[in-house]
Amino acid sequence: MPGAPDPDPGAAPAGGAGAVERVFREEYGRLVAALTRRFGSIDLAEDLAQEAFLEAVRRWPRDGTPPNPGGWLMVTARNRGIDRIRRESTRDAREEEALMLHEQSSDDPGDPFGADSTVEDDRLRLLFTCCHPSLATDVQVALTLRLLGGLTVPEIATAFLVPERTMAQRVTRAKAKIAAAHIPYRVPTDAELPARLRGVLATVYLVFNEGYLASSGEAPMREDLSAEAIRLGRILRRLMPDEGEVAGLLALMLLTDARRAARVEGGAFVALPEQDRTRWDRSEITEGHDLVRWCLRRNRPGVYQLQAAIQAVHTDAGSAAETDWSQVLTLYDRLLTIAPTPVVALNRAVAVAEVQGPVIGLRDVDTLADRLGGYHPFHVTRADLLWRLDRTEEARAAYDRALDLTTNPAERAFLTRRRDRPPASPRS
Amino acid sequence: MTQYLMSVWHVDGNPGLSDEEAQASYAATGVFNEELRRNGAWVFAGGLHEASTATVVDGRGADVVTTDGPFSEAKEVLGGFWIIEAPDLDAALALAAEGSKACRAKVEVRPFQGT
Repeated sequence: MPGAPDPDPGAAPAGGAGAVERVFREEYGRLVAALTRRFGSIDLAEDLAQEAFLEAVRRWPRDGTPPNPGGWLMVTARNRGIDRIRRESTRDAREEEALMLHEQSSDDPGDPFGADSTVEDDRLRLLFTCCHPSLATDVQVALTLRLLGGLTVPEIATAFLVPERTMAQRVTRAKAKIAAAHIPYRVPTDAELPARLRGVLATVYLVFNEGYLASSGEAPMREDLSAEAIRLGRILRRLMPDEGEVAGLLALMLLTDARRAARVEGGAFVALPEQDRTRWDRSEITEGHDLVRWCLRRNRPGVYQLQAAIQAVHTDAGSAAETDWSQVLTLYDRLLTIAPTPVVALNRAVAVAEVQGPVIGLRDVDTLADRLGGYHPFHVTRADLLWRLDRTEEARAAYDRALDLTTNPAERAFLTRRRDRPPASPRS
Repeated sequence: MTQYLMSVWHVDGNPGLSDEEAQASYAATGVFNEELRRNGAWVFAGGLHEASTATVVDGRGADVVTTDGPFSEAKEVLGGFWIIEAPDLDAALALAAEGSKACRAKVEVRPFQGT
């Protein structure tokens, strides 16, 4: 369908009030990516996208939303860019010549983005540029959300709880570095790809977790971060359909996000075994399970695929008691061999407690005390197991320690409640 | 093509190498320099004497003020540098990785203005 890049799944349909904003949010990354390739500057690309948006705000309510809003925005932005370069380069014959060459080879008006594959490649290029290893992680996250997600700087600042000025500076400096240091605008070569893709996936997952772990019902913007991460995950999946870890990350995010509605009740977190499973999002679970099955058939597991498979075991169980814990434990064993981190070991210990009993689970947990003493889930896990072993006083002390280590209100409400009431064992 | 400064940083004034390791690093750096010349990335390079041999000159005022020692008393000290030409940062970072391995020190990559 040339000239009508299909919207991402889940995109709000255009039309009615706020249509321009919705279209803009959807199309922003596409526009900036294509314009950056065309004009060689992210700053200019953003300016042009902004101008096209303003033009749309002026004209669409009067003339009606065009049949292909994304294409309309792209044509408008591109024409403005060409005008601008003409104005600025009249004294430079060589540049003028270059521009003409560029125009001759350019796409026909009905296909403003160029071939579909080029558009997709553009977004992939932009994503790899935003997640370049020479940029700090928080910078990568901010740039990705700004340039590909179309979030405004104030929105990103709010989501990450930093002052707007700090965030604006972070984004401006990063763009200046990309330009000055000539960070390339391309998809890495096959040899570099695995390492670079890991960086991109880590950034997307960070965005997801920022939205998921911190969501407390008080900060709706943060839920948007998870939705944005899933949207980026879907784009990546479409752009790199053969990458198992891309599918794994998308599945992991979907299967985690599917439980969002059941995860908080009355301002407090609800632990997995106690969640009302009828409130889980079935369509996300179906999509996630399909992806996990695809990964299993492909049989080249990685950290995201294994974590997704673990989540799939949980979302597959009709009730907590029906959870196939031995399957979970097997998956954690495999995960631990490729990602031997203390956090993975802690999660594995939870599965050990279900399969081999809380005594052995607690023993495994306690071996991690040195490395995870400052990590509140460590103390929560310990406390839960101590409760089950009727070591009430120690359990309370462990909950207190966990409470000392977290400021998230929903998490605190959950811990305070649990401290005084034993958790239900999945088997009880 | 962009020019980049690849500066070599030593902590506490020396890279902490034994004589044997130092000889090996000189040899490896020589091989790396040859490679830079061969593939056209070479612009200039040089190793520096110890920071204690440095003199700071301030010519901004009416009198020129000369001070003994390096400009900064930081424990990280510039030990030498390359100036290279590369198509983009990825290419420069790849060369920096080789250079770092050869001279056995961390290397900072920084683009020159106007290139």
